[in-house]
Amino acid sequence: MADQKNNTGTAKDTPRTGLAFERPIVELERKIVELQNLSEATGMNLNGELKPLQQKLLRLTRDIYENLDPFDVVQIARHPLRPQTSDYIAQMLDEYLELHGDRHFGDDHAITTGFGRIGERRFLLIAHRKGKETKENIACNWGCAHPEGYRKALQKMRLAEKFKLPILTLINTPGAYPGVGAEERGQAWAIAENILAMARLKTPIVCVVIGEGGSGGALGIGVGDRVLMLEHAYYSVISPEGCAAILWKNGERAVEAAAALKLTSRDLQRLGVVDEIVPEPLGGAHRAPDEMVAELKGRVLEAFGSLDGFDTDQLLARRYERIRAYGSLDQQPEAS
Amino acid sequence: MGWKFRKKKKDIPGGVWLKCQGCNTMLTRKKVEEVLGTCPECGFHFKIDGRRRVDQLLDEGSFEEFGSDVAPVDHLQFFDKEPYTEKLKKTQDKTGLSEAATVGRGRLDGRDIVFGALDFSFMGGSMGVVVGERITLAAEVAREEQRALLLVATSGGARMHEGALSLMQMAKTSVALGRLGEAGIPYISVLADPCTGGVIASFAALGDIILAEPGALIGFAGPRVIATTIRTKLPEGFQRAEFLLEHGFIDRIVPRTRLRQEISCCLRYCTPGVRSAEPQPEPAGEPGS
Repeated sequence: MADQKNNTGTAKDTPRTGLAFERPIVELERKIVELQNLSEATGMNLNGELKPLQQKLLRLTRDIYENLDPFDVVQIARHPLRPQTSDYIAQMLDEYLELHGDRHFGDDHAITTGFGRIGERRFLLIAHRKGKETKENIACNWGCAHPEGYRKALQKMRLAEKFKLPILTLINTPGAYPGVGAEERGQAWAIAENILAMARLKTPIVCVVIGEGGSGGALGIGVGDRVLMLEHAYYSVISPEGCAAILWKNGERAVEAAAALKLTSRDLQRLGVVDEIVPEPLGGAHRAPDEMVAELKGRVLEAFGSLDGFDTDQLLARRYERIRAYGSLDQQPEAS
Repeated sequence: MGWKFRKKKKDIPGGVWLKCQGCNTMLTRKKVEEVLGTCPECGFHFKIDGRRRVDQLLDEGSFEEFGSDVAPVDHLQFFDKEPYTEKLKKTQDKTGLSEAATVGRGRLDGRDIVFGALDFSFMGGSMGVVVGERITLAAEVAREEQRALLLVATSGGARMHEGALSLMQMAKTSVALGRLGEAGIPYISVLADPCTGGVIASFAALGDIILAEPGALIGFAGPRVIATTIRTKLPEGFQRAEFLLEHGFIDRIVPRTRLRQEISCCLRYCTPGVRSAEPQPEPAGEPGS
């Protein structure tokens, strides 16, 4: 019944090509592992050496992660070892029954949809899928959905509405795919219709940005009653590279663009775009995927629980007010 | 009453003489303006501003703008070559517009409607909070006053300078249109060249009836982005209005000279209670195929 449950390689035994800013962390981690291995192999007690190193690692990680540049965040959000939809399905859900196809054109692997359950809580899951290794990446088009992906999501959302199932969406996409076929099949229409449908759907919707929140491709499954965002995810109107290419005709100025776009969870909570930040384990979700999954599980259940008390009319009225307030002009920006 | 402009400016480029961007013919401005900003030789549609749309589509003197007091806020303190606030001010001075969208009440062939138009000359017609807010207000007023909604969209998409808040305007405009639709009030969307990104991926694509001007570029991603992504040349006519019609995404391609007449015709069919409340006899001339 449940889809195959892949085991994520734990971060500890997987070789990491650390991101530039976290290289000191990776080096220190490696040193610690070497010492541990030596200790195990020889039976020598190296605790005296290990302890200070571990403390140093903690300090270093905290130091680096408290001072992340927005572009560092973008890189963490894109980290290949960051837990993805397949991990959340495998570890967070007690059951997942995938439902395929948009009933019009095809089955887009960049978005998975299906019945999911956590404990007693049943819901419809809609989630971007990027894939873990090359073959899977290609099948999932690196999380860049075509119109049929959004239409599959819509068709299943109607199903959820009909049977009063709440909806959970996991957002992780660089953006909707910009290609000839996507345009021929109406990418803009597919996204617009999803946004409209989700804004009015008669069932609770919880959205979580788990990695990349790439523009319209993210919003196409991102409208709901409660929007959560993992601490080091990003959500933006355009990729920093795209923004830099347009503004400065130079994609390499993405670091500046990332800062200008205010795409981090903290900025977006301040701007009223996201309701809740889900804290990540120290050093990012990719450093402790299991902890991340457990944390999100609790948050998702809480979010669903917070919507239980509303009837459909109340839910839709609240959702309207929530969406209506985006960029609300009495919300003056804080002085910088 | 009427359009609040700080100063006049020309939307169609050039002086007394101008060159058609479609067929390279030299034309007099007067000739072009007689046919509503199109080329009398090849039918090329020049970009025109919102004020001219009002003149072309609404009954004379019927337009009353609202939402003009909604002014831009630099939520992000965005800075590229210059601060965003500076850029806005310069654009306002250059265009005489307060923002890229103008909305208001008006009449079309005697029928009360809510009208809105985007201005491509204002930062590429991009949608930030103000554009989102004005379009949303338009939809809300249309619902409250039971007037049909007519929007003319031309835009490069969401405005980068307002970050994710721009993106969220896609949701804001859509939710208001959702409620408008539930109330059974028609919304006609007219797509003008170009209409891409977050605008076509939200309110512009949600019309009960979608009309497009001939040759208009319409698409989610810009052609340059697509060409870079797939590393091949794009087919001839790709993402033009005719391509969209062929693929089933728009109802009709309508030359600007017939736009008012066809919108009026659509409204006659889509306004509830039309049989008892027909405001005017049908204008002469068939809408054509």
